[in-house]
Amino acid sequence: MYSTDLRTDTEKKAQAVTASEDAALWEAFQKRIDAGDIIEAKDAMPEKYRATLVRQISQHAHSEIVGMLPEGNWVTRAPSLKRKLILLAKIQDEAGHGLYLYSAAETLGRSRDDMVADLLSGKAKFSTIFTYPTPTWADIGTVGWLVDGAAIVNQIPLCRCSYGPYARAMVRVCKEESFHQRQGYEIVTTMARGAPEQKAMAQESLNRMWWPSLMMFGPSDAASLHSSQNMKWNIKRHSNDVLRQRFIDATVPQAEILGLTIPDPDLVWNKEREAYDFGEINWDEFWAVLKDGGQCGKSRLRARRAAHDNGTWVREAAGAYAKKHKTRVGKAA
Amino acid sequence: MSDKNWFLYEVFIRSKNGLSHKHAGSVHASDTETALLSARDLYTRRGEAASLWIIKSSDIIASDPKDDSELFDPSDDKIYRHPTFYSVPNGVKNM
Amino acid sequence: MAIHIPNKPETAYIVRLADNALILGQRLSEMCGHAPEMELDIALTNFALDLIGQANLLYEHALNLETLASNVDEFALTRSLDDYHNCLLVAQPNVDFAHIIVRQYFFSTFQKTQYEALLGSNDKTLAAIAEKSLKEIAYQIRLAHGWMLRLGDGTEESRARMVDALDCLWRYTGELFEKDSTLSALIKSGASADFTLEYKNWQSEMMKTFSQAGDLQAPDILQMLSGGHDGQHDENLGHILKGMQYMQLKYPGLQW
Repeated sequence: MYSTDLRTDTEKKAQAVTASEDAALWEAFQKRIDAGDIIEAKDAMPEKYRATLVRQISQHAHSEIVGMLPEGNWVTRAPSLKRKLILLAKIQDEAGHGLYLYSAAETLGRSRDDMVADLLSGKAKFSTIFTYPTPTWADIGTVGWLVDGAAIVNQIPLCRCSYGPYARAMVRVCKEESFHQRQGYEIVTTMARGAPEQKAMAQESLNRMWWPSLMMFGPSDAASLHSSQNMKWNIKRHSNDVLRQRFIDATVPQAEILGLTIPDPDLVWNKEREAYDFGEINWDEFWAVLKDGGQCGKSRLRARRAAHDNGTWVREAAGAYAKKHKTRVGKAA
Repeated sequence: MSDKNWFLYEVFIRSKNGLSHKHAGSVHASDTETALLSARDLYTRRGEAASLWIIKSSDIIASDPKDDSELFDPSDDKIYRHPTFYSVPNGVKNM
Repeated sequence: MAIHIPNKPETAYIVRLADNALILGQRLSEMCGHAPEMELDIALTNFALDLIGQANLLYEHALNLETLASNVDEFALTRSLDDYHNCLLVAQPNVDFAHIIVRQYFFSTFQKTQYEALLGSNDKTLAAIAEKSLKEIAYQIRLAHGWMLRLGDGTEESRARMVDALDCLWRYTGELFEKDSTLSALIKSGASADFTLEYKNWQSEMMKTFSQAGDLQAPDILQMLSGGHDGQHDENLGHILKGMQYMQLKYPGLQW
């Protein structure tokens, strides 16, 4: 992925003018998309396409960074050294993925500083799943299994999305995330096959995490604001409901193997559709969490703000030092 | 809020000797040394690198896609630059 | 099974090395998701991964030398407070990034000296662990040294925070180079060289760095503090153990 908006100021101005509402540009652009062209950082694009991508990629980045916190809740208390190492590595990957995505979004001309400011002020959103608490160790298992599982279903199609820097970031993210779901499932497996209290803990966590995981795919297609235009632009390749169904169909058998019960009395295999029918998602909860931050949304933001504020003097010091010293790389690459 | 003292650096990785460096992404840093270490921490967590290059993003000059036709199209029809343009008598091998 | 205390000085020493690495790794892991900048979050987590990885190898080795517990986790995560033998420095809190960097710089530069003394050890496994760890330590020193300079010679605020960090942490550096009976036994048996002879060199290396870092000074303190090697800890370790041992103590004997 390129990480910079490589346009010069003149090029930016010229594109902003023509890109505002130029019907010819829109048409030419749509033709490129329809032909399967990949759009690169410096290419002309409708401002709305640019804005949509900035919003989507930066929200994705915010979710990775905020997503470190519910798992970070268990780093110091992980039950074994091996689990501690795996968990640290996984959370670190999430920081990395946040940075890859900020890089990709920066190619569109918005700075990481500004995007982070939007997160910290509460203006930008992050995935609702990370507002849910992780009170037990089993949650570290279900977060990996369900949340990363859902994320993979969402992200794999994005590897082929129309915007090159985003697609390349997603390729890297997906490659690295392949271990995340497995480690989560391994935790749940160990508990489901362990002592009765461990299995009970795993089931209790599944009960809490199942529905919020389904909400990760966003509102149903009927209520989805951005879906159709995004699919036309090939930023999104499948609808929310299609991806949600894919996730459910993949996950239910994984629960069955472990003898765990999906907390949905309406869940049943539909022979004709060759897919699971499932119960009604509580969309009131989804919208409430999105708006109010649910149980932990506020504390997640507070933690991110504290980290950022505690970094201000560090960034200033490093900047001041660099000005004084104009350091070059000491050792050759 | 904005930290004007920190810059964007582009990161290039040689995954092993014998290959050229390939663009990997970027990092934010106050200077080249911290940029190099951050690039190491961010982009080589899985042993991806044999060598790293760092360059300040603002130092990159990129061609304008508007100029694509004048820059790149003229070379499209120089087919005589490619070996397949030439016929070689049957029986001649390894040329 | 019950936890056993090492009989041999070699095992006791390896446990000491492991405890140092584990407790500092544990401290650093508290910063995961909370570091002052995202790039630094990744860097500090790398340190934690390196250190806890080292601890794991060292505990495994100690358990091979003597029957101390049924597995590494039981030994690493269920001992009583005074059976941990880490130095006091590694348990000091993450007050701010200056404290984190100074603690790291002191420890990593000391650890380099200590591990280099193991390269010629007659315990080949220990020598191999030291050799592997030294690569990680070299990187930690490079990064920590870079930030010593940046924070010391950065802004007025960063320098003030560095002065405070040195003032708080310098007093724990004497313990690092103490030659107690355990270390003496190892030196005698050929398991370790005598790195305490390097104390003066280490101190002058620190002074050199301080002077490059905005002309910082070692604080004028009356007494170096120690006791960690003998299991006499200050208030910090108990709180660290409370989190670290939570699952093992609440659910004894279970696998996770």
